[in-house]
Amino acid sequence: MIHKYKLNGLNIVLDVNSGGVHIVDDLTYDLLDNVFPPFDSKCPANVIEKLSKFYKKEDIASCYDEIVELHKDKILFSEDDYEQFAKYSVAAPVKAMCLHIAHDCNLRCEYCFASTGDFGEGRKLMDFETGRQAIDFLLENSGDRQNLELDFFGGEPLMNFDVVKQIVIYARSREKEYNKRFRFTITTNGVLLDDDKIDFINKEMSNVVLSIDGRKSVNDRVRKRVDGTGSYDKIIGNFKNCVSKRGDKEYYVRGTFTKYNLDFSNDVVHLYEQGFDQVSVEPVIGNPSEPYAITEKELAAVFSEYENLARRISEINKDKFRCNFFHFMLDLDQGPCAIKRLRGCGCGNEYIAITPDGDIYPCHQFVGHTEYKMGNLAEKTFNKDIKESFANTHIYSKPECTKCWARFYCSGGCNANNYIYEGDVKKVHKLSCELQKKRLECAIMLKALKFLDE
Amino acid sequence: MKHIKTINKANLQAA
Repeated sequence: MIHKYKLNGLNIVLDVNSGGVHIVDDLTYDLLDNVFPPFDSKCPANVIEKLSKFYKKEDIASCYDEIVELHKDKILFSEDDYEQFAKYSVAAPVKAMCLHIAHDCNLRCEYCFASTGDFGEGRKLMDFETGRQAIDFLLENSGDRQNLELDFFGGEPLMNFDVVKQIVIYARSREKEYNKRFRFTITTNGVLLDDDKIDFINKEMSNVVLSIDGRKSVNDRVRKRVDGTGSYDKIIGNFKNCVSKRGDKEYYVRGTFTKYNLDFSNDVVHLYEQGFDQVSVEPVIGNPSEPYAITEKELAAVFSEYENLARRISEINKDKFRCNFFHFMLDLDQGPCAIKRLRGCGCGNEYIAITPDGDIYPCHQFVGHTEYKMGNLAEKTFNKDIKESFANTHIYSKPECTKCWARFYCSGGCNANNYIYEGDVKKVHKLSCELQKKRLECAIMLKALKFLDE
Repeated sequence: MKHIKTINKANLQAA
């Protein structure tokens, strides 16, 4: 299986099963519509006749030889033999946890998937005892995994920062005894991000995600404070302060684009111009009836804007690296192992989420969908059947993925979105797929441009 | 190769 497309003046061919990427001339691009394995030693006469209206016959013949050679090298029209790895896709130790430290928020973002912070379960904060039980659960259920990931999430985590600090201190106190290392991360809207919190975050958190949507007018239209005023002026200085003190540690400024700002490349560039070099601006996923929702009607405009963004990112990084855009990150040489490619995020299997009440869910997006509640920390319950079902959820268990050219890069998409919008974890959310495929085309194109530059 | 440039040699944590 191959996927070929034209973008930014390049003809690009992805060999899906090998991961090989080829930049081809117009002749090859057209010839690939007419020849398929098994290959004869010579280009079929009818194909030469058909294309000779546009290309020289000797060029068609030599191009055909190159295609056959790449096929022999197994980097063009290579076979799909990955299903063998699906049997390795078994239940694994839990190694990552999302702690819903606060089901409350001091913003009222229009598009919030968490019902403005409480996940539809009422506003509440996690107490230290539940946090301690969560750490103990992770230590006891992580098997031989040494590196454990703990993400403080909400709602707004800074509304419960004393408990965040207590949990970090407690987890660090157990590392040596269990021979584990915690990697802490936190997401914040920045409203309460003062110097004391910045110092603690920059010391303890391996990654910090700073939520802002881009330009002030865009951000303030949807990310409003409880009194209805915009949040931009309050948070932008806090974020600059946090990043300036962070040194080389990882961070992202992370925004959401909606139907209101289909020119979102301007928001990415705005954030870059504010001094942030790690940027993610991601499409809103919501009920299609919402006024901010991106639907199939907006896809053409979004696709065009992703292409525009790719060109602008390429220009920004022309002579040296200056700005990283999250969704254009792609390793074409190695990347993850086959199991990771087949299964993706690991939700419900390696990764779980904990609510302030100690309820266990497959991930933060499943919280509130009680049919996927996996157990409770205080009750010491944990449904291994649900865990097993997620361990066996991979691209070969999702019928649409088996036919998709992007399957080894998207790894089956978001199980929660599949469930929430399509009613079935194994039925893909088509809108997300279309957006993902366009981003991948742009990311591969940027790699091709870099190759040509070098 | 005259017609095709191959740009990579592929070998296919939990923003």
